[in-house]
Formats: sequence, C-alpha cells, structure tokens
Amino acid sequence: MAKVKLEVPELQPYLEIPAVTPGVMAHSRPFVAKPEHQEPLGFPGVLVDDWQEKAIDKMGDLLGRYRSLRVYLDACVKCGSCTDKCHYYIGTGDPKNMPVARQDLLRKVYRRYFTLAGKYFPKLVGAEDLTQEVLDDWYSYFHQCSQCRRCSVFCPYGIDTAEISMAAREIMDHIGVGQKYCNEIIAKVYKIGNNLGLPGPALRDTLEGLEEDVFDDTGVKVRYPIDVVGADILLVTPSADFFAEPHVDGLIGYGKVFHEAGVSWTLSTIASEAANFGMFIGSYENMRRISQRIREAAIALKVKRIVFGECGHAWRVAYSFLNTLAGPWDFLDPNYPVPQHICEFTNDLIQRGKLNLDKSQNDDMVLTFHDSCNVARASRMGPDPGGQFDIPRAVIKAVCNNFHDMDEDTIRERTFCCGGGGGLLTDDLMELRVKGALPRMTALNNVIQEKGVTHMAAICAICKSQFTKVLPYYGMEMEQIVSVHQLVSNAIILTPGEDDDLDEDDDESEDDED
Amino acid sequence: MSFLTLVYASLFYFATLVLLAGLANKILQYARTPAPLKIPTTPAPVTQSGVIFRLAREVVLFESLFKGNKWTWIFGWIFHFGLLLVTLRHLRYFMDPVWLPIQLIQPFGIYGGMAMVVGLAGLWSRRFLVDRVRYITGPSDHLILALLIGIGLTGLGMSFVIHVDVISVKQFFLGLMRFHIQPLPADPLLLLHMLLVVILMIVFPFSKLLHAPGLFFSPSRNQVDNPREQRHLAPWAKRFEQ
Ligand code: SF4
Ligand code: SF4
Repeated sequence: MAKVKLEVPELQPYLEIPAVTPGVMAHSRPFVAKPEHQEPLGFPGVLVDDWQEKAIDKMGDLLGRYRSLRVYLDACVKCGSCTDKCHYYIGTGDPKNMPVARQDLLRKVYRRYFTLAGKYFPKLVGAEDLTQEVLDDWYSYFHQCSQCRRCSVFCPYGIDTAEISMAAREIMDHIGVGQKYCNEIIAKVYKIGNNLGLPGPALRDTLEGLEEDVFDDTGVKVRYPIDVVGADILLVTPSADFFAEPHVDGLIGYGKVFHEAGVSWTLSTIASEAANFGMFIGSYENMRRISQRIREAAIALKVKRIVFGECGHAWRVAYSFLNTLAGPWDFLDPNYPVPQHICEFTNDLIQRGKLNLDKSQNDDMVLTFHDSCNVARASRMGPDPGGQFDIPRAVIKAVCNNFHDMDEDTIRERTFCCGGGGGLLTDDLMELRVKGALPRMTALNNVIQEKGVTHMAAICAICKSQFTKVLPYYGMEMEQIVSVHQLVSNAIILTPGEDDDLDEDDDESEDDED
Repeated sequence: MSFLTLVYASLFYFATLVLLAGLANKILQYARTPAPLKIPTTPAPVTQSGVIFRLAREVVLFESLFKGNKWTWIFGWIFHFGLLLVTLRHLRYFMDPVWLPIQLIQPFGIYGGMAMVVGLAGLWSRRFLVDRVRYITGPSDHLILALLIGIGLTGLGMSFVIHVDVISVKQFFLGLMRFHIQPLPADPLLLLHMLLVVILMIVFPFSKLLHAPGLFFSPSRNQVDNPREQRHLAPWAKRFEQ
C-alpha cells in the first residue's frame, strides 16, 4: 500500500505539549458501516428517521446500566489534569482530543436532556441539543480515542474517557451510524470465526506449514494442533498470529514453550480469535456473544485450561470480563487462573527452571518493551498488582542479554498507546494513527539514540500491526517491532521428542532466519 | 423578629433541604446503577482494604492529580485543605459547648481561610493562563470559583476588617437547629457571606461539586481487581443467562 501523504511530525528529544488548534482533526473520520456490517450485530443498517429521540433514549438506557457513565458525566471539575495526557492531543493539537473535551461532546447532550441545570440554564453549564453537528463531532472524535485509559490514570476521579467513547459508539450504533472497520470484523467473527475471516482449512494449512518450518529449523517436531479433543490447554490467540509478521513468530514461540512444558494443547476453529471488538463499540451484548465462542470451544474440546496469546484488548476482555461474560468456568481445572496469559505460563516455566534458554541467540538485538495500554491499565498478570509490567519484562530478560526500558513517563501505567488501538487500526485513519504514535516514537527514538536499542517487543497484535505500519513514517524499519514470544522462540533450546526423525541431524536453531 | 431574620432562616432551611435531598438522591442513583464489568484502572489493589487505602490516598493526598499536574495539585490541595480547616472552625457556631478539637483549631482556621483564597486564585488564574484549561472552562466554572472566592473574602473580611457579633450569629444557628429562631445581626458583610453560602449549598447537588460523592463511586478507583476469581453479573445482564 502506498503511504498516505501526510505531514509526519519530526521527532524531538522532548515531547512538546502543542498549543490548542481547534478543528485540525475534524476531517478525520473512519468509513461508515454499511447495512451488511450493522445488521448481524443487531443494529439498524442506516441512520434511523427519529435518530435524535432514539439516541437520547439509548443514552438514558446506558445511564441506567453503567455506573461509570453516570458518575463520569457528573464528576468532572474541568481541572485540566488530563488535557495533555492523550497521545492524540499531543500528536495533533486538536483540543477535542483532550480527554475532557472529548467527554464534553457527550456531556453537553447529557446535561441538556438529563440534568436540571442543563434543562433550565443550558448556556451556563455548556448544555447543547443533539444536532447533526454534534453527531458529526461524535463520529469524528469518538473515533479518535483508542480507549487506552491513559487519561484515567491522571484524573483525580478516575474518569475513564474510554467508557465515554464506548457509550458514544454504542449510541451511534443504535441509531445506525456504525464504524465500518469494527463492525465488519465482528460480523466476520460471527460468520467465520475470526477477525480476518480465515476458515478452518486455511488455519490448518498454516499450522502444518509452521510445523514443517520449525522442524526444518530445529530438527525437532513441535506440534501446532487445532481442534484436538481432550487436549489440556485451549490456546486462544489473535488471528494475526496465523500469518503476519511478526505475530506468527510469536505463535511459533508459544508452540515451542508448550512443547517444552510437555503439555497437550490445541487451537480451535470456533474460537480462532482472541480479540473481542465488541468492547471497542461498547456493546455488552456483542462482547458477550463473541466471548461465548470460547466457552463453546472449551466445552467441545474438553480442555482443562485456557491460555491467551499476545493480544492487548483480548487480554483485557479475557482477564477482566471473560468470567463475567462467559463463565462460570467451573468445568476447568481450578488449580489455574481462568484464563491465563501466555506470558504467565512461560514465566512460570522459566521460574521453575523448566526451559533451556540460550540468551545469546538474541544478541543481534538490543531490546526495549512497549507496554500495551489494555494490558497495562486494564488487566493484570500473576497474583500481585503490577504483574502485567513485571512478568513480560522478566520473560524478555530471561531470553535476551540486552534490555533497556524507555523513559519512565512513557511505560508501565503511564505507557503511551501505539496509536492504533480501540478499533482505529484501519487505513482510513492513517493520519490519526501516525500522529497518535508520536509520543511512543519519541520515547523509542530516545532509547535508540541513547542506549543503542534496535528492537521493540510488544505483546499486542494491534500494537504490532500498528508499529509495522507506522515505524517507516518515522524513518525506522518495520522489522524493529517483535513479539515477546518471538524472542522466547529464538532462545529456547528444544528437547527432541521420541518420534523425531533421527536421520535429520541438523543443528539446533543455528540459522534463525531465512 | 425581623423580616431579615425570617428570610435568612427560611433560606437556610431551604438550602439545607435542597443540599441533603439533592445529594441523597444522587448518591442513591449512583448506588443503584449497576457496574456490570470490572474496570479498575490497574495496577489496582486486589483486596478490599487495598481499595480503601487507594481511595484514602485520593481523598487526602489527591494522588492521581499529583501525577497529572503539579500546579493544579498544589493549588487544589491548598484550597481543599483550607476549606476543611475553615469548615471545622465554623462548627463552633453549631455546637454548645464547643468540642475540644474544634476549640483547638480556632487559631488556625483563619489561615485556612487565607489558604482557601490563595488556592482558588491559583486555580482561577490557570483558567486564563493555560490555553488548554481556558478551552475547557465554561461560565459555570468561573461562577463557582467566584462564589467560593466570594465566600472566602467575605469571611476573611469579617475577621480582619469589620467584625461581626459572633455571639449572635451562633445564637442564630443554634436557634435554627432547635427550630427556635433567634435574631440575626443585620451586618451587610455577614449577610453577603451567608447568602453566598446558601447559594453554594443549593447548587451543590446540581453542579460539578458532585465530584465529592462521585469519587467514592468511581468504578476505576473503587473496584477490587479480582475478576478472574469472581463473577460479577449485573442484574440487567442476568437475563442473558439461560
Ligand atoms: S482513553 Fe486514551 S485515547 Fe481516549 S481520550 Fe483517554 S488518553 Fe486519549
Ligand atoms: S482530569 Fe478528570 S476532572 Fe480533570 S478535567 Fe480531566 S476528566 Fe475532568
């Protein structure tokens, strides 16, 4: 694909908070969903006639359903603490990308129709009728929020703009104004089973190909099984892992880890997708329906455990919502958390000394780690708060010799979004994606200059896809983004199985790339 | 009894009613609205006592605001701490005899009033000086600041410039509480001060001042991070279960 022509911000050693420039991103809007993207999700195909009324009704419904929405629409004091925290504001300078101003787009309508002050003194409290212009603003700016929750860290009341964006998108969906990228993908999940629309045979082919590749590389037969009834572990991973670089290297890594752990595992054609875009559009019903596939697969395959691959939003839905949406999981082995993250799984093996690792296999790289938003600010790994920061780093440090963190204001719970999360990973939003990546690119560039970092590891399919696309705009190489389990894969020394062909006496993992 | 006393007595009764009923209404509404999914901003505490500690840090230290913006934090904290001192100091008008801790606070309360005004002035100036904050500021934000500063200045005015008959003021409030109305001194500064307070009490449940109860109901701050261990099915979500 040709690069979209756009002005790429120049990287400076320090992030400058831009001056407020109203309207510079008003033109940025994703494609609108067509009826065939809308209807399978239970939404009207096109803008309904009495849309104002319907939208207000839906808002009322959501206010009664979500405490977060109610409290967040009331509690903001306009302190400004969040104003310079959003990567989209930093990258664009459009004031409606300041979290509080983004919330205000919804809040002014809330005030007008649901509060006394807004009914009687609209001008005073900034209440406004729901007009076509307001709806246009909603469509533009609620699709310029990657629901990364960075703003919620710095808000004295924990106001989470992601919750507001989700509600706004849900309202828009209910009046027939959906966003194509998200809704088309969800429709695909319902029809074929995953975001990319990869049918079972294609998955099987890919996995056979992987088995051959790994065998050629290492001389060890590592299995990449699918739909195996009675396996111990069901692995649910984003569909990107089945074919795209660097994702697939991660999948190769999971297989090697399972091989070394000596556990039986399987993928599933029913649940061949970990990501749950129902969250991006704020739809409980759709999120639940997508989650239920995992339950079906787990029951059909009679597994004992569920492990999730490297995907940020998927992990949020899995960690925080899966139990609620698709539980109870009382038919699984109670000795393991449901679900488990692949990093937890791998780290556990490393801690118990079960993996034979040769760190020097990654000596051609100096690494840094990108904390993905939804892992960092909306989930956990391990038993302790903050495990989601420590465990992936522990895994990386166990498999490579050179690691440097980026600036502390840009990692852990303060991490910056890749710029493509929240259902914005679509070419029609390229300008926003490139500009929104500025804070992360700045921090990355700084460790490249100062510490000689060459690669950035991530554990989210969206982050990896986004960086692959965006790094070149900033003069970096798309190969500089790697999967964490790709690093594990490089370092792991495989134990030959009994059924391995002994006439293939290739050396183990000497040539790691071809 | 003078007309003025009657007016002010009714004003205070009315304002108290609005404040209490309004707040109770809002708090009930928050409490009754389900939180269907666990959404604490992580890293979040994994125990209930951890959550209490987290909320306490937010209430006392404004922890998140400290991370977010140091200037706003300094001014905000000075203002709120000043307000707390002043409020405690004013409790003496509502009790007889005055509890010892409230007696002990009296000499400091006056600094609380000053801190309040300084903090508010700082916060207000940010609304003009920082372009981002200017952009998000609406008329009601200015009015609330004006109201609070007005309360602070008239209060300080009575301490430093024109003293009022505090004994009678106390009689007035004790009388209000016992439904036995006592005359209020007709001091313009005092009347203005009390009028502003009445307005503040009335707007409280309809304005952004709801941030006070809101903090305690904020799911990203008040939830325990334990979704893998426990299912949390909201009442409205139960109907999806077969
Ligand atoms: S959730 Fe993230 S993208 Fe959305 S407003 Fe907050 S900081 Fe910006
Ligand atoms: S930090 Fe919170 S209270 Fe302050 S302006 Fe932003 S959303 Fe409002």
